[in-house]
Amino acid sequence: MAVLVDKNTRVICQGITGKQGTFFTEQALSGGTQMVGGVRPGKGGKKHLGLPVFDSMDEAVSRTGADASVIFVPRAQAATAIHEAIDAGIGLIVCVTERIPVLDMVGVKRALENSSSRLIGPNSPGIITPGECCIGIMPQEIFQRGKIGILSRTGTLTYEAVAQTTAHDLGQSTCIGVGADPVHGLSFADCLELFMRDPETEGVVLIGEIGGSEEEDAADYVRTSKPAKPIVAYVAGRFAPPGRRMGHAGAIVQHGTGAADEKLEVLASCGIHIADSPINIGSTMAKALSR
Amino acid sequence: MHIHEYQAKQIFKSIGIPVLAGGVASSADDAAEVARKLDAGRWVVKAQIHAGGRFLGKFENARTDQGGVRVAKSVDEVREAAQEMLHRVLVTPQTGPTGRVVHRVYVEQYAGDLQRELYLAMLIDRQTSRLAIIASAAGGEKVESVSPDLILKLPLDIPQGISQDGLARIVDQLSLDGEQAGVLDRILRAMFDFFTSKDASLIEINPLAVDVGQNVVALDATITLDDNALFRHADMEKLRDPSELQVGELEAAQHGLNYIKLDGNIGCLTSGAGLSLATLDAIKLIGGEPANFLDVPPVAEVERVRQAFKLVLSDPGVDSVLVNVFGGGIMRCDTIADALIMVNRDSRVETPLVVRLAGTNANFAKRRLQDMGPALTFADNLADAADKAVRSARKRETAVRRKWWERVMGSQR
Repeated sequence: MAVLVDKNTRVICQGITGKQGTFFTEQALSGGTQMVGGVRPGKGGKKHLGLPVFDSMDEAVSRTGADASVIFVPRAQAATAIHEAIDAGIGLIVCVTERIPVLDMVGVKRALENSSSRLIGPNSPGIITPGECCIGIMPQEIFQRGKIGILSRTGTLTYEAVAQTTAHDLGQSTCIGVGADPVHGLSFADCLELFMRDPETEGVVLIGEIGGSEEEDAADYVRTSKPAKPIVAYVAGRFAPPGRRMGHAGAIVQHGTGAADEKLEVLASCGIHIADSPINIGSTMAKALSR
Repeated sequence: MHIHEYQAKQIFKSIGIPVLAGGVASSADDAAEVARKLDAGRWVVKAQIHAGGRFLGKFENARTDQGGVRVAKSVDEVREAAQEMLHRVLVTPQTGPTGRVVHRVYVEQYAGDLQRELYLAMLIDRQTSRLAIIASAAGGEKVESVSPDLILKLPLDIPQGISQDGLARIVDQLSLDGEQAGVLDRILRAMFDFFTSKDASLIEINPLAVDVGQNVVALDATITLDDNALFRHADMEKLRDPSELQVGELEAAQHGLNYIKLDGNIGCLTSGAGLSLATLDAIKLIGGEPANFLDVPPVAEVERVRQAFKLVLSDPGVDSVLVNVFGGGIMRCDTIADALIMVNRDSRVETPLVVRLAGTNANFAKRRLQDMGPALTFADNLADAADKAVRSARKRETAVRRKWWERVMGSQR
């Protein structure tokens, strides 16, 4: 068991012939992920990395029976690619592309409301269930299958949490990078719910950062549903200057809101364990589990 | 991207949002000339910087306590106010202690007595992922102390925009009369059209004033544009003011690096925004002071990483550098090592470097760095790296101070 993806997940790569699409499809294949084809308008009928290439998502889904897609399409066309995936009725869409215009994503969110698709990202490192399925750009070699679910708004910091949970011999069940853009698909709260239902996951690490209210919404979820598994949170950017966008489009303390300290306070108030420094993520989880 | 008030007001004027007559000036003489042409009894002179709180701000080394927004009763007073603002550093509650240099002033007709000051904004509400209007009957400086239940938040759909019902609710919230409601309708339509056609992320009018003659006018104007959409709006890109960037930030942007100058003495070079933020946290939590935020996006090119190293090392305030890279995907640790070797070959690195490499090709990269010399120390993990960087910065800081002291004392003998 795992969350959202496992060894049976069949994946299409949108933008498979590009540099990134090629590199990460190769990586996924080498780790055993079931990549079943790619989409690149104008190159339908050809083969790439031994996989069939289709002109459209509709065709790709009907011919391969895929249930997930990963998007490596340049940002100007990325939202269109997401819409295409939604229209093709695919269950899970992972968008790695970053710097997509926010209004494009506002449109995507509306389309998602009336669909059966779930979106991870954009500006996401993807999702991985170690040893079974890796969709996106996460380096598979650092993961160790285990019992911790990891949820994060950022890529490289996810790897830090992975390394620390591995060092404490806890391992990971599934890791999800929800995306670093202000408007994105699945939220922390959505994913927490999934992890709470997953028997393999015994605890969840939640890595937030400044900006927005994703962490506060997760705290609301915890307050109302009182999950039984321990949650450890770290929020990056306690010392970031206000009003500055810190690398990620969504990482900004704006109108006096979105500061890390406030988020930590809200998270702590509903019983979530706080890692006060990025160096304590693994040890805080180990301690929380041994209680 | 932020733009200046004078640019936002030019946009307002062109799309039919009422503003007072005014003009921009970059010298005191120009400011006087703008004032003369405006045909007003009184003027307001406003410093143009990308930060709020200008009225409450203070100029560095100024003769007066006056801030960045002043009323002038004569053309001479306009000239004088401009003289006192231009080329000086204005520190406001929003600029941080370093402040911003004022390169331009906006000279505008003085609005006179106001009957009411309202607040009106359009933005993307991250919580609902939708466009929203924010309206409050209490605007101006008061807006931040208004209780949230007196503020109306109205979600908007694209492309429909504002419904008649929505308009009625805003009119009611702001207690406007029939004629003013017509003006508000035009303002909201103009805001919506501009927002959606030019990819804005915020349009704020604070205050939206009602003067004694019952006229509605935008006294201030803030427009923020979505950086990620500027590629499809060349006309908006032209509004960028590079002089608002700090030393190094412009250069960094040209190389596609996310760099923000900070006040401390520990230079940081990290890959990934989240890990970069966490590295700042780790340094600060043990008492160190970061000199910068630098996120090198995952790249395969050594050249970009080399530019990143040069940027951090060229800051004269840097006493040690922490390199924290978790290789994965496209980003490999040996790219970091190669860049560092090149930088050291160009000019020997004397600044202590603490290097933490993990993930893809970390051990290979460390072997390549074996011969870098005494400036380089390896760290095993983030905790170890932060600790070593803070210690070596302190050591160097003390050494520099001692050298200076010895020189001063020596010259006294």
